[in-house]
Amino acid sequence: MSGVQTTIKAKAHVYGDHIDTDRIIPGKYTKTLDMTTLANHVLEDLDPNFNKIVQQGDILVAGINFGCGSSREQAPLALKKSGVSVVIAKDFARIFFRNAINIGLPVLEIADHNIQKGAELDIDLKSGIVKDLTVDVTYTATKLPDIMINILSEGGLVNYLTKYGDYSL
Amino acid sequence: MGQTISEKIISNHIGKKVYAGELVVSEVDGCMASDTTGPLTIKAFHEMGGKKVFSPDKCALIIDHAAPSPNERIANLHKMMRDFAKEQGMRLFEIGEGICHQVMVENAYVKPGNIFIGADSHTPTYGALNAFACGVGSTDLAATMMTGKIWLKVPQTIQINCSGKLQEGVTAKDLILFLVGKVTVSGATYQAIEFTGETFERLSLASRMTVANMSSEMGAKTGIVHPKGLKLDYDFEAITPDEDANYIKTFDFDVAGLEPQVSAPESPDNVHNISNYEGTKINYAFIGTCCNGRLEDLNIAAEILKGKKIHPDVRMVIAPASQSVLLDAISNGTMSTLIEAGASLITSGCGPCVGTHQGVPADGEVVISAANRNFRGRMGNPNSNIYLGAPSTVAASALEGQIVNPKKYLV
Repeated sequence: MSGVQTTIKAKAHVYGDHIDTDRIIPGKYTKTLDMTTLANHVLEDLDPNFNKIVQQGDILVAGINFGCGSSREQAPLALKKSGVSVVIAKDFARIFFRNAINIGLPVLEIADHNIQKGAELDIDLKSGIVKDLTVDVTYTATKLPDIMINILSEGGLVNYLTKYGDYSL
Repeated sequence: MGQTISEKIISNHIGKKVYAGELVVSEVDGCMASDTTGPLTIKAFHEMGGKKVFSPDKCALIIDHAAPSPNERIANLHKMMRDFAKEQGMRLFEIGEGICHQVMVENAYVKPGNIFIGADSHTPTYGALNAFACGVGSTDLAATMMTGKIWLKVPQTIQINCSGKLQEGVTAKDLILFLVGKVTVSGATYQAIEFTGETFERLSLASRMTVANMSSEMGAKTGIVHPKGLKLDYDFEAITPDEDANYIKTFDFDVAGLEPQVSAPESPDNVHNISNYEGTKINYAFIGTCCNGRLEDLNIAAEILKGKKIHPDVRMVIAPASQSVLLDAISNGTMSTLIEAGASLITSGCGPCVGTHQGVPADGEVVISAANRNFRGRMGNPNSNIYLGAPSTVAASALEGQIVNPKKYLV
């Protein structure tokens, strides 16, 4: 993966199920091309402190149906700009999942994870192996389709299409 | 092996039979972005080296989510969209022309059998037209505008079969709320839905759009209403599933006894019979959106409000789904009836539903809304509570200042 960092060791911020795109970035903030504005309001209706405590490289962990709701790409963009390096969830809403890959934010689906707040995680994106160093448990994420791996490997769809000009399966 | 509607539409586009699970790259019949997704789409289009959109006649931009612009920042994003549309020779739907999904259908950008990609999560609305329609984000849409193609996984299909005739005063919105409650907000993630059975056969195009629209509230990639009974003002070749098509799951419901439904805060699948919430005081009633801002929705509200005044503690906002809907509602007297009852008319668009402007609730206020989402903070204030219901429920509740079953005003 030339376009993205493939190993990540960082702290997990853990939230629950069905975190919708309005909670990731409320609609009233979406009409901007200024990513800092987005990052300043990320997750504010879920956890007003998130923007203050998130550190560059941190990992966001959630339950089922993460990113349900709107097609707004501002949701993964806000997370990425705030410093989140990867999102792990039990499963993702479809459009959020695609958007995250398209903008180069790695997403890992681990249906049975039991990662707790503050856990130290060691992630290998290539293999999808996630080690929870706090409790010494290892998980393997669901494998992405090749086309998604290829898009993510280039750092997102803009780079992918700039390089190849079209999709290839 | 038999095919579902989605499998057939995709197969028709790529020239060979495909089934659920296969990855394909398909040409699309059209695409669009709104002012939430459009500016980022234009940015990504330029960044990926886009010069010309694949077919200006098949691409559209719609200014509907914050229209007219509430501030200079959004005004400049709107200008960016206008400039891009002019440069590309593609249609831009201006402020007030209507909500993206409504204008795409009214202006025949999408037709039965099409594959249509929209940068808005309620793009499955076009499943009412027997089309395969998916919502995507801005960068995906930019790629589609540039290449005329989309990559997608052929989805598995859930069949929802409904029998029974809806009672008087029970509408398509009540039906789809009921179904969202049963399937849940993640029950159809990554999957297509086929709505089939005699209940759907009786529905108008507008009601079918309400049903297909909320398939996104079940996480579905697309939601297609079986074309039986679909009436359009042009001939079309209906795509129907094979009898031996393979469904991952089938739901069967007899909905003849269904009563009006409400979705309580703060998830669209928190659905209950209206009797559970009757008497809940409300401050604000809203009818509009891509779910329920069409003429039949305004008509039923007017039927309930005719000659009456809304409750003094309630304000009511009406946003017709398009200029065309507004003109029809003016011609048939519906709009005067609603305004005489005390409703406030705003520009056709998405503002209140998405919390951008034009009708943000105050702290502690309770909203009854004909929209499709009631997530916390959805209408712009996380300290308010949103109940979802049919336009009939919204109108009747506005009259009484509390959630009420609209049936007594309709018989």
